[in-house]
Amino acid sequence: MMTARPSAVFAATLWVSFSMLANGAVADNGFLDRIEISGRLSAESRQFPDSPAHSGQGSHASGFAFEATGYVEGDDGGSFSITPFFRYDAGDPSRTHFDLREAYYLTYGDVGDSEWELRLGFDRVFWGVVESNSLVDIVNQFDLLEQPSGKTKLGQPMAHVTLSGDWGALEFFGLTWHRPREFPDMRGRLRSGIVVDPDLISYESAAQEWHVDLAGRYSGSFGLLDIGLSVFDGHSRDPTLMPAASSSGLVLAPHYERIRQFGLDAQLTIDAWLLKLEAIHRAGSRNRQLQEEDYTAFTAGGEYTLYSVFDSSADVSLFAELSRDGRGRNATSSFENDVLLATRVGFNDEFDTEFSLSVLASLDSSSRFVVAEFRRRLTDRWSFRADSTVYVDIDKDDVAYDVRNDSFIEMKLDFNF
Amino acid sequence: MRYFRPKSVLATLGTVLSVLIWAGDPTTVLAAESAEEVGLEIAIEARERQKGYGNFTANLIMVLRNKRGQESRRELRLRGIEIDGDGDRSMFVFDRPRDVKGTAFLVHAHKDEPDEQWLYLPALKRVKRISSSKQSGSFMGSEFSYEDMVTSEVEKYTYRYVRNEPCGDLECTVTERVPKSRDSGYSRQLVWLDEQEFRTMKIEFYDRRNAHLKTMVAEDYERFLDRIWRSKTITMTNHLTGKSSVLLWSDFEFQTDLDSGDFTQTALKRAR
Repeated sequence: MMTARPSAVFAATLWVSFSMLANGAVADNGFLDRIEISGRLSAESRQFPDSPAHSGQGSHASGFAFEATGYVEGDDGGSFSITPFFRYDAGDPSRTHFDLREAYYLTYGDVGDSEWELRLGFDRVFWGVVESNSLVDIVNQFDLLEQPSGKTKLGQPMAHVTLSGDWGALEFFGLTWHRPREFPDMRGRLRSGIVVDPDLISYESAAQEWHVDLAGRYSGSFGLLDIGLSVFDGHSRDPTLMPAASSSGLVLAPHYERIRQFGLDAQLTIDAWLLKLEAIHRAGSRNRQLQEEDYTAFTAGGEYTLYSVFDSSADVSLFAELSRDGRGRNATSSFENDVLLATRVGFNDEFDTEFSLSVLASLDSSSRFVVAEFRRRLTDRWSFRADSTVYVDIDKDDVAYDVRNDSFIEMKLDFNF
Repeated sequence: MRYFRPKSVLATLGTVLSVLIWAGDPTTVLAAESAEEVGLEIAIEARERQKGYGNFTANLIMVLRNKRGQESRRELRLRGIEIDGDGDRSMFVFDRPRDVKGTAFLVHAHKDEPDEQWLYLPALKRVKRISSSKQSGSFMGSEFSYEDMVTSEVEKYTYRYVRNEPCGDLECTVTERVPKSRDSGYSRQLVWLDEQEFRTMKIEFYDRRNAHLKTMVAEDYERFLDRIWRSKTITMTNHLTGKSSVLLWSDFEFQTDLDSGDFTQTALKRAR
């Protein structure tokens, strides 16, 4: 992978400095006594029952994934945390990749009645409240090789300062070394018909990936209401993919525009109801016709939970969300006018068994995504996960048309340590 | 933690009076006050004695036993802080089972309004505000429900004094309390407090159909800071399923350097 080498160098450097820092800080106690290590090793297999839509694609992706966190606390209250991730995939080699998910120094203290916190290094940040979409969540690049849903993120180098108190939290981010999205190559499923050539990457700013992106967020809780207001100014995490000619024929060249995005996320928690809204206004990005177009998008909906249904210990949550994108058919995401209906059953047993089923349907066409997920703990250390995504009647005009044949079922056996 | 709180003796006039009253024959008390008033006074006194701990940290092991006697374990760390004029705040950080390691739970309890609760999911780095209606649900698959685990204020129940009776070597008051919240899984609870220290010895839980659902027994009381009593072994038995769960507390530390800044959503994200 293109970014594997630089991040591997980063990781090695950080491991070394980490060990030295930790050794220095705890000379008497010994490094190994103070370091906490936890993580997960998973054996995984993803099967694609339908024959591929594009040439070169395989029928499965199988291998293992490893993610572990090393944590050490200094005597001064500061701490250092490092989380490397590695996936090896024998079925789809384009999924084999390394990423430094986290490697940050954390320290905090009091300032008057409030508190400050500093995080310096690679980190992952989550913003948002809804389940089906991630509009406001913009700090990190998605790890597309992991999941098409965009729930997994690449580590992003940043300086992150938080001031918090009873009035809420104010956060400032300085972000650099932009992480480009990694796309499957010819051999991978869940890709565009024309592959993305990572060598043809370009940025709007002359500083390229070293441009310093800025972000800020205020978040607060007021009784039933939790609210977040955010702003981001910098290179978009979503590339514009432009057709280009290369030695291997027609490819897509990823281009990252400078954008400015204002975001709002809010949740009202009333009894068993969670009412949610995420909305953004983004300026500076290009639409599906590759023209610059400012736009507004939102996802609104709710979650309702029935507790202890039928006198069992199980909880059943029901979700409904509506997504609209002001660009309509020119939207670059699949959420231009879509509705999510979902249910999740948490059995609340000693194995934390959980099952969920969701349907994301376009209101303009026949396109539907159906996602089922199951997980259950087997022992204190072993757990099992299975999930399936089915693409149903994907419309020719849909952004997801290229993955119409890529419905899959996936199983994961995890060893947690 | 609701039932296992430290109890501080406050030498207020009210305390002295109620101690004098409890030392006497309960029937004479009933003549002077209604059973509801007496029940409330007991609850207030028990609460007063729990106050003044400032803040604490502790480790907790939960042992879950099914009908066949098979066991599984949960390990978590807790911290709590008293807030002037408001309910307590507490944070739970899970260590075991390993697949939920790092998951953390923050509660801001309130006297007259619903509690605020947030869950931190480390895999997504996500803080999610969750409904405080999830009171009757099982806590980590145990026989303890959320409402059994989080701090509850005096104001959240109505009370009725029932009787005095021996409980082991001690003498106990028995009070019935009825949750005000519709979301509670219980129609009522019977609470045994020892007369001397107002420590919770036993609670019987009755479900919405008034069936005797669970019994909680608190043992191994230890006194901290010369006045704060904490039970280190709390057993909850479910009479309908035959399952039971035991809370084993250890490493209590009181009046640490925690402050309210350690009980925010920002602090939840760095909990470990």
